[in-house]
Amino acid sequence: MTTREKDPTLVVVQLSGGNDYLNTVIPHSDPNYYDNRPTIRYPDEEILRIDDDVAFNPHMRALKDLYDEGNVAVLHGVGWENSTRSHFRAMDIWHTAEPDVVGTEGWLGRAIRELDPEGENPVTAVNVGYGLPRALVAPDASVASVADLEAYGMLSSIERREHREALLQRFANMYAPAIGSGPVMDYIGQTGLDALKGADMLKVAPEQYSSGVEYASGNPLAQKLRDVARIHFAGLGARIFYTEHGGFDTHASQVGNHPKLWNEVSSAIGDFWDDLREHDADGNVMMFVFSEFGRRVKENGSGTDHGAGGVAFAIGPGVEGGMHGEYPETRAEALVDGDLAPSVDFRSVYTTMLEDWFGLDAAPMVNGRFEKPGFVRK
Amino acid sequence: MASRENIALMAHLMRRAGFGARRGEIEELAERSYEDVLELLLNPQGQPDADMDTLYRYHPMAERSLSVPAGQINWLYRMVTTERPLQEKMALFWHHVFATGDSKVESAYQMLKQVQLFREFGMGNYRDLLVRLARDPAMLYWLDQNENHKRSPNENWGRELLELFSMGTSNYTEKDVFECSRAFTGWTMGVKVHPLLWGPHLWPFEFHPEDHDTEVKSFLGHEGRFDGEDVIDVIVRQPACHRFIMRHLYNFFVADEPQVPAWPIEPPRDPGAIRELCEVFVESDYEMTPVLRFLFNSSFFREAQYQKVRNPAEVVAGTLRLTGDMNAPDPRWGDLGNQTGYMGQSLLDPPSVEGWHTGKEWINSGALINRVNFMADQVRNADLPGVRDIVERVAASNGHGMTPEHLVDECLDLLGPLEVKDETRVELVEQASAAGPVELGTQTGYEDFRNRVGEVMALIAGTREYQFG
Repeated sequence: MTTREKDPTLVVVQLSGGNDYLNTVIPHSDPNYYDNRPTIRYPDEEILRIDDDVAFNPHMRALKDLYDEGNVAVLHGVGWENSTRSHFRAMDIWHTAEPDVVGTEGWLGRAIRELDPEGENPVTAVNVGYGLPRALVAPDASVASVADLEAYGMLSSIERREHREALLQRFANMYAPAIGSGPVMDYIGQTGLDALKGADMLKVAPEQYSSGVEYASGNPLAQKLRDVARIHFAGLGARIFYTEHGGFDTHASQVGNHPKLWNEVSSAIGDFWDDLREHDADGNVMMFVFSEFGRRVKENGSGTDHGAGGVAFAIGPGVEGGMHGEYPETRAEALVDGDLAPSVDFRSVYTTMLEDWFGLDAAPMVNGRFEKPGFVRK
Repeated sequence: MASRENIALMAHLMRRAGFGARRGEIEELAERSYEDVLELLLNPQGQPDADMDTLYRYHPMAERSLSVPAGQINWLYRMVTTERPLQEKMALFWHHVFATGDSKVESAYQMLKQVQLFREFGMGNYRDLLVRLARDPAMLYWLDQNENHKRSPNENWGRELLELFSMGTSNYTEKDVFECSRAFTGWTMGVKVHPLLWGPHLWPFEFHPEDHDTEVKSFLGHEGRFDGEDVIDVIVRQPACHRFIMRHLYNFFVADEPQVPAWPIEPPRDPGAIRELCEVFVESDYEMTPVLRFLFNSSFFREAQYQKVRNPAEVVAGTLRLTGDMNAPDPRWGDLGNQTGYMGQSLLDPPSVEGWHTGKEWINSGALINRVNFMADQVRNADLPGVRDIVERVAASNGHGMTPEHLVDECLDLLGPLEVKDETRVELVEQASAAGPVELGTQTGYEDFRNRVGEVMALIAGTREYQFG
């Protein structure tokens, strides 16, 4: 194992749409839970009981197993004061760590810049999926965005190798920084250079991979996490991975949709850790699972509306397994406009990961100093 | 012959008010006045509608299907073949603004119905369009209007109507969101029905008076027993609404603005342009066609050539219109629907109600690879009629002997006209001259020349400059 492979690595799983905290980590001894949710509550006999107070959703079996092994830190009540109910504003805030003004730099983008200050490795961070989450965006932070790991690269349809390489060299020359191009031109040029180099590096990942773990084929998150595993095993120096799973905006029909989503997320995460263990490559990996906000305490029709405080998870052998922080109070008087009041600032959670996992100075990345909940093992 | 300047301006208009055109078409259009051509674009009913029946004969799935790729084929086919390009571009514009996603709607057919609404009414009155949007079943379901009841108002639609579809944040209160939502209670959809003998079910719009809150609402300083239409009437009179929609229009048709969430904080790139557009918008009683006429005639538009990073729909449809590929049913349509998605714009399925981030955010390493590969594979394929046309034009452009410099400059002209930095041109010229002098006189010489044109155009497709439009 090279030292590079021992470098701490973070895999972020974003649950888009606003995951319902109360039906994820269920406060099963709390009468308010049952009173507020006559339609969508879970009966006692179905839940995956953790202790006298809380239980996992019945569709989080794999996550529960990981929890029982001490590999899951449940981070209660994550959010921020005066949070917004707008999806993308909330997601923007999570991505930029800027609740008050519109930020343009992502917190992970800033971390990438610290992890690879000279921008030498275009796969220091890899987004697995289409597009690029703002969390990874910062000037001079290079990120590969890979939707199809097998066919990743420019001019891949040109068969003659020397011919293709000659043209790729022209691209590289054309993308070289030129004076007076302007910021967008410079950005495209740098992206082009990174794309060329990153593709060259990533092509080994599928070639080298073999595994006894079969990720579910109809589960998009499982397929994405498989790509994360393949790139991780290739030892290319990727330190930050980002993936997303959507559909959590359960205003309606929550009883059908939310279980399906957690089945997918939980089993994909289970497969991923099985794969990492099989390859003895789990020791330097931590996973962080979050959503932009929780949902309203009181159900509305067959679903729930946008809320505030939510739950996040840190997973891996490097975390202090167990419950962290306080489940926000569910009494009507304690709610903020019907929402759970966040009990820990999301930037605190980031601070722990950046400082105790990556060993970086978090303040410039999260725009301030925050307390540091101790969910990463010393 | 039209001047180079007129050609460039006409190409600019056709890229922005449509999906681009081949040089021959641009030359024909440039024979007429700019204003005449603009009127053609502004009056789509003067041109035949796209021939969808031919597509459906060979690709029946594209007509009525639940599947997104099939729906994307339907829309892309229109973008590639339509003779009403501005109408189609406006449908895409409203899809950007009123972003509705199949991820939840789960019916490409229902989504296509919404796009058809944008197509039919998107160049008409904005107020009327909002009313139609509020009755569109895909939108109703997307933003949970079917869950917006008198006794338990659901604020999803009410909030996004204000925040994303009309005014932008910080121009209303939480109370306004709630009151707005109350006004739309009872606007819902009925049970899905078969539109014809076969195909997926469609939702009808329904108004349920017993579920409508008839009490007084207080909304943006107005009071009354408002229903949805009344609320829309209040919204469209707000200056914030005019600024918001006109800034969207500027961002889509003129030059890249910062992302929408930054608008309350960052001023527009050209505040004067937004102000003038707002004036026309209000004077015309929120009619879109006069606003578009003003916009495309303005000097701020004419001067904004290559000031926008092209969105993936423009890349794909524009490239196909240029090469003449896929302008008829073809087995390859089956794979083509996904192409814009690979570049970060899955049509009919934007990532959230916020729609797509635009401008430089279209570009990341994965998306750039997909764009460049798609365009390069097209423009270096000398079997395609548009590419053959370009090769012949380059060959015919200089009777006295073809230099690599001349070859490159002609390619840049025919693909744009596009201006590139000197450093870029040097690379293109070196590629064109790598295999020695150009010989046009012999069969093998011509083939070699044709390959060189293809290579140079593939390289141009990958340049930074060509990512703009």
